[in-house]
Amino acid sequence: MIAHIFEELCNGCQACVSACPTHVLEAGAQGGPPVIARLDQCQTCFMCELYCPQDAIFVGPDQTGPEAIDPAAIKASGLLGQMRRDHIWEAPAGDLEPLREYWKLGPYLMEGAQIAAARYAQRHPKKTVP
Amino acid sequence: MSALDFETDVLIIGGGMAAAWAAIAAAQAGADTILVDKGFVGTSGVTATAGPGHWWVPPDPTLRAAAIEKRQQTAFGLAEKIWAERVLETTWRSLPRLAAYYPFSRDGNGQTYYAGVRGPEYMRALRHYALDVGVRILDHHPALELLTHTDGAVAGAAGYARLARRSWTIRSAATVLATGGCAFRSGLIGSRTNTGDGYLMGAEAGAELSGMEFSTIYTLSPAWCSTRTLPYTAARFFDGAGAELDIPPPMTDRAHHWALAMAMLKGPVFADLSEAPDALKPILRRIQPATIAPFERRGVRLFEDRFEVKLFGEGTIRGTGGLRIVDDDCQTSVRGLFAAGDAATRELVVGASSGGGSPNSAWALTSGQLGGAAAARLARVQGRRTGERAHGRGRVGLRPTRAAHAVDEAAAIDAVRDEMLSYDKAFWRTRDSLTSARARLDGVWAELAQHRGAEGLEQVAARETAALVATARWSASAALVRNETRGMHARADAPHLAPDGARRLLVGGVDSIWTRFETAGAQADLSDIAA
Repeated sequence: MIAHIFEELCNGCQACVSACPTHVLEAGAQGGPPVIARLDQCQTCFMCELYCPQDAIFVGPDQTGPEAIDPAAIKASGLLGQMRRDHIWEAPAGDLEPLREYWKLGPYLMEGAQIAAARYAQRHPKKTVP
Repeated sequence: MSALDFETDVLIIGGGMAAAWAAIAAAQAGADTILVDKGFVGTSGVTATAGPGHWWVPPDPTLRAAAIEKRQQTAFGLAEKIWAERVLETTWRSLPRLAAYYPFSRDGNGQTYYAGVRGPEYMRALRHYALDVGVRILDHHPALELLTHTDGAVAGAAGYARLARRSWTIRSAATVLATGGCAFRSGLIGSRTNTGDGYLMGAEAGAELSGMEFSTIYTLSPAWCSTRTLPYTAARFFDGAGAELDIPPPMTDRAHHWALAMAMLKGPVFADLSEAPDALKPILRRIQPATIAPFERRGVRLFEDRFEVKLFGEGTIRGTGGLRIVDDDCQTSVRGLFAAGDAATRELVVGASSGGGSPNSAWALTSGQLGGAAAARLARVQGRRTGERAHGRGRVGLRPTRAAHAVDEAAAIDAVRDEMLSYDKAFWRTRDSLTSARARLDGVWAELAQHRGAEGLEQVAARETAALVATARWSASAALVRNETRGMHARADAPHLAPDGARRLLVGGVDSIWTRFETAGAQADLSDIAA
């Protein structure tokens, strides 16, 4: 769930308030940082991080409940902005780098399934895998 | 706050890929088009958080026929080849049109790779495309109810703008429901807003649903966070004592999930991904960044440490049920109301088996465009009828029949989750379990109908709860009447195909639920069956 908005990094653009698909955030007063107003509605989808141009939001890994984090430790961990960097979210138009490896999804999904099927067949030499 | 009132030719309700394609098609056909979404077009729904592959077969008659034949074999007599052909052709022609908005890369053979797209980039591309062709997008404008004319045709919708805190009304000549499926609040990634709103709004206006019994399908994820599944297909599984479990491989689909569910009913199950394809390990981050984050941020080494897993219900998202489609234009059984994507039944393409992954995406793209274009045509022929009176059709959660008082909504949602998602109840349905589910959910429904009233922002949650309960009631009712095992619908007390079961099962009604097989004869009435 969303764990923290770093007020010293936030520029008050409220992009996350619009981008959050589940209405977790309330716009900040006088253009200040947004407020986490409805944490129970957070689905841990990381979309607010993706749409934050300041890398000022940190979403914790647990969707089952609120998590206490140490903001200084998060800042030091280098994880702020990780989602945007991994997506290469702000690549210029025409740059094919963001999705360069994406076609491999299907082949690797299948290769993994075949590994599991071969292992199962070894365990059950007389059974045909449906 | 004062209300917002608009009129338009075509109103699209929803904000995922089906809604976006519908809006683009309507606008390109020359219609004034407004799209209202509960969330934000770009991040809303299960496509934005996923990476949809589309059913993608080149226009070679032999290849197409083989692909369609293969799907027919798992459709168990409920799909139609003509729809498969339509979906394949529309998908093939449509995705390349996104090239100006989405950075399609190359596949391993130097060809442009169109079939699979990453969710956030795809939905951002569709948003930009829709805006460029003149669609007016209203984010955070959840629809609460449909409006109808006195002759029953849909006249628009009313809702609540949740950032601006104002009610809105939009009159339209034609309306497309593209509100997605319903995952019964399972925690499935991206599905929190997928509460079956369109099913409820449609049914209140008189629309029929079809295939709601096909709603028992699950996705494996770490127990603490639903993700996509790319790294898990080679997983080995262990129980709490560290003994390896004998789980059939993922390609067996039902057997894989049944064995996992059986083990999870006994205790926690752990996955070990050390045997995942070696070449995948260093580049998973480049393919599915959001799958890495829940591990990295928890200090779990994805391919080294054992971690607890569970199954997240997909309901009608990768199930196949939804609003019944009555013609080639994706119109529902109510005039002026069209349905697209997971809001519509996908039985026409995949029948009784999941269209998860590629056929569902291809269907969303196709049904969106067919419905959007047909809505634009209807608007041109018929006009907006804005001089006539229209009436709101929503009731439960908006207009209680008795004195409004507090209703325990969390308990209502817990009842839905328990009856629809519990592994034993979903994988091993019986007449007894479904009859008891119906009785419990009917009680929840009656309480909401009589006493749940809401104002302002609270209306949104009240309607979500109503839609969740309504969807669960239709699913349980259809599952009770389909007294056989077909595709994903498994009845422990009727484990075989029934000889006369290759017929789509319709369900509808709001307070009093009816069911009917689509072909003539064989009328089923729940009161008879329960007796």
